[in-house]
Amino acid sequence: MATVEVSFSALPVHVRTARLIVTAVARRSGVAETLLDEVRLAVGEACSRAVEAHRRHCPDEPVRLELSGNGRRFEVVVDDSVPGDDAAGTATLGAAPTASPAERDERDFSESAADLGLAEDVAELGLAVIAGLADDVEIATTPKGVQIRMSWPIGT
Amino acid sequence: MDLKVNDYTTDDGLTVINVEGEIDVYTAPKLREKLIDLVNKGKFHLLVDMEKVEFLDSTGLGVLVGGLKRVRAHDGSLELVCTQERILKIFRITGLTKVFGIHDSIEEAQEKRKSAK
Repeated sequence: MATVEVSFSALPVHVRTARLIVTAVARRSGVAETLLDEVRLAVGEACSRAVEAHRRHCPDEPVRLELSGNGRRFEVVVDDSVPGDDAAGTATLGAAPTASPAERDERDFSESAADLGLAEDVAELGLAVIAGLADDVEIATTPKGVQIRMSWPIGT
Repeated sequence: MDLKVNDYTTDDGLTVINVEGEIDVYTAPKLREKLIDLVNKGKFHLLVDMEKVEFLDSTGLGVLVGGLKRVRAHDGSLELVCTQERILKIFRITGLTKVFGIHDSIEEAQEKRKSAK
C-alpha cells in the first residue's frame, strides 16, 4: 500500500520539490544515508523525464509519484500520462506545433553528444543514470503512459 | 538552492566558470546561457569549477556536452574541476569521463594546459 502519493504540475521547478519529498520519505522509511543521494538523483531523473513529456503533450496534467516502504524495500513509482510515449521521451504522438527554446536546446544536446561519439543514444541519458543508480528498475510503457518503478533496500 | 554562475579569465587565457548550487532541469538553462555568452564573446577555453555543485542531473550533463561542442567548433576546450564522488559517479555511469578532461583543482588544470602547449 502506498504510504505517500504526490501529484505535481509539470513544471521544472517542481522536480526539485519532488526530490526533497522523496529524500525525506526515504530517510523516514529507513533507507541508509549512503543511498539517499542515489534515490534523490534517480527519482529526479524520472520526474524530469515525465515533466518534459507532459510539457510537450499534456502540460495541464500532473505528474504522479507514489512512495512506499514495506519494511524491506523502499519503492518509488513515477507515472506520466502521455499515451504512446516511449521511455526516452520521444513521444509518438504529434509534436507540439512550435518548439520551445528548451526543446530546441534538447535537440541540440542530442546532436552535440552524437557528434562527440557517445555510444548511447543521449535521449536515454537520464534513463542510463536511473539504471546506474537504482537498485532495481522497471520501465513499462502502457496505453496510459510510461511508468518507472524503482526500489532500494531499507536498512543497511 | 539556486544556481550561481560566475566567471573570470586568467592571464593565460583560460576562462574559469565557478558554479555553485544545484544543476537540474530548472536551473540548467542559466548555465547554458553563460556558456553560450562566453563563446559568443570569443572565450573558447573554458574550465568549469564544479567543487561547489551540490547536485547534477542529466540535464546538466547535456548542457556541458552542448558547451563542449560549441567550443570545439572554435578549436577550444571545455574541462572540469571536480573531486566530489557523488558528482563524478554520474560522469562515470554515462561514460562522459571519456569525453571531459576532469581535474582535481584549477591549478592542476592550468599546469596541464601549460605543459601541453
